[in-house]
Amino acid sequence: MTHTLPFLLQVVDPQLPMSDGMFALVSLIKVAVVFGIYMGCVAYTTFLERRVAAWIQDRHGPNRVGPQGIFQVLADGVKNFMKEETLPGGASKVLFILAPALAFIPAMLTWAVIPFASPLPIPGVGLVDMVVADLPVGFLFTLAIGSLGVYGITIAGWSSNNKYALLGGLRASAQMISYEIAMGMSTVCVLLLAGNVHLNTIIMQQASQGWNVALLTMAFFIFAVAALAETNRVPFDLPEAESELVAGYHAEYSSMRYSMFPIAEYANIITSSSLMIALFFGGWDIPFTQWDNLPPWTITKTLLTMGLYVGKVIFFVFTFIWLRWTLPRFRYDQLMAIGWKVLLPMALVYITAVASAVLGLDAAGLARGSYAFRGAMLGMNVVFVVLVFWVLDRGRIVSPAFSRVERERIAKLRDVSARSDLLSGKGA
Amino acid sequence: MAITTRVVERPIEEASYVRATFKGLALTFKHLVDPHKVTVQYPEEKWDIGPRWRGTHRMLTTEDGKAKCVACGLCPTVCPCNCIKLVPGVDEQGNRYPAVFDIDEFRCIFCGYCQEVCPEEAIHVGRHYENAEYDRKDFVYDLTRLTAQTHPVCEMWDPADPKGE
Repeated sequence: MTHTLPFLLQVVDPQLPMSDGMFALVSLIKVAVVFGIYMGCVAYTTFLERRVAAWIQDRHGPNRVGPQGIFQVLADGVKNFMKEETLPGGASKVLFILAPALAFIPAMLTWAVIPFASPLPIPGVGLVDMVVADLPVGFLFTLAIGSLGVYGITIAGWSSNNKYALLGGLRASAQMISYEIAMGMSTVCVLLLAGNVHLNTIIMQQASQGWNVALLTMAFFIFAVAALAETNRVPFDLPEAESELVAGYHAEYSSMRYSMFPIAEYANIITSSSLMIALFFGGWDIPFTQWDNLPPWTITKTLLTMGLYVGKVIFFVFTFIWLRWTLPRFRYDQLMAIGWKVLLPMALVYITAVASAVLGLDAAGLARGSYAFRGAMLGMNVVFVVLVFWVLDRGRIVSPAFSRVERERIAKLRDVSARSDLLSGKGA
Repeated sequence: MAITTRVVERPIEEASYVRATFKGLALTFKHLVDPHKVTVQYPEEKWDIGPRWRGTHRMLTTEDGKAKCVACGLCPTVCPCNCIKLVPGVDEQGNRYPAVFDIDEFRCIFCGYCQEVCPEEAIHVGRHYENAEYDRKDFVYDLTRLTAQTHPVCEMWDPADPKGE
């Protein structure tokens, strides 16, 4: 502290990085501010979900607490704090109490490395990165911490001493293992193009060379499906599966302990959306202009990029909700088949293709980001999209109900139904 | 009877998932932007109730503000759930009047027999349903409360005009 004080007092060029002491102070402020805003956003995502769900189903949704129900979130929070906390007999007490925290903390942690605006110059302080922790391992951190959340769910299921909760927990872990691989694989393509795992570097690469979603649509598709599965959202909500497992892993939870699980889920939605944006939709980059991602940094740039970033997040969060109220849940065998037989091979083939293309184009002397390079990548991308959406998607991505029955058995059943008077319309 | 099974004859080429998902998303989005909401926002909006709705009772009064009831005792007799308590009285002119006329709305099944049987068209079931109370004893309406009700009364079914035209 003895030599931080002079640093605090001296005038600093706002375009230069901060001093160490200032960095610690600013980081503390960032943690507090971002955590507060993030929790608020998570709370309002639950509200958005309920309203959008209602609108999709021609209902009104919660619209009583405050104008258009905007204080519903507060009412829910108060209600959850007031309710009784149940502890089932036979539950493993320590783990039962620990599990909600284990689900909640990783969900909060992941957001720390996601950049959400261009750097903010503060006179007298220096250049403040608009990210809580600008880790050089950036993206790997999110993969590592993100998959820790499933411990909370599995332990919650196991410690409840309830067969449905246990099944939910087991499903969660199986699902996480299956889809984490495909998710990691899909991001390899992004890393091949950016050559770095640092999220701000990936964003800058997209800012100058075009968003990855245009060049790596299949990687985005795999990542989006895997992210949907990782957040345990419909159509991948098998751990919860209220029609099969009562409420799955949180069947025995009540009050705020229960509430931690939905909070973790919605936090994961926001984090997954942010990751998709950072990896495939240019992060805080404003498209079609280079003005926003070059120094000198200004407050206007920070505000504009942050505004656009929030818009992108809202769009993706909305899409998550929209999908939930559109699709039915997968069958368990379909879930496993999609993970292991579709997404993983698809990701492997795609990595090979992208790696070969990048190697070939580099060898041909085309500069990264040149129109020829981007055109070639785009062409390959179009081929893959057509291949997957029009050729593979003919009963080969998700197996229809009847394909599990062997062919002879189908023939036999058809024979029976043909001879049946009831079914052929001959009888009454 | 044996269980019969119908095998769906759908060629596997038609079984898409991703394209079908986009179709489903389009459908849900259509409902999102163009909803067909049927929910009535109850305290602010209310349905019109029918002319023969049988709800909370009301005692009609004569021009001088007295209950039309002559305490003939028909309504407590006809009442299938015994919810009417009637004690008749006689005034100075020798007219019968209800000294006590209590209706327990909690017991009442709103059959409307009391209105049907009343020779003076005094007691009526009303077109009214918001009769919640904080206490059970408040559901017993006495004569003052019954005459103080202002809501429209039920139009009884008329055999000559079965459709209420």
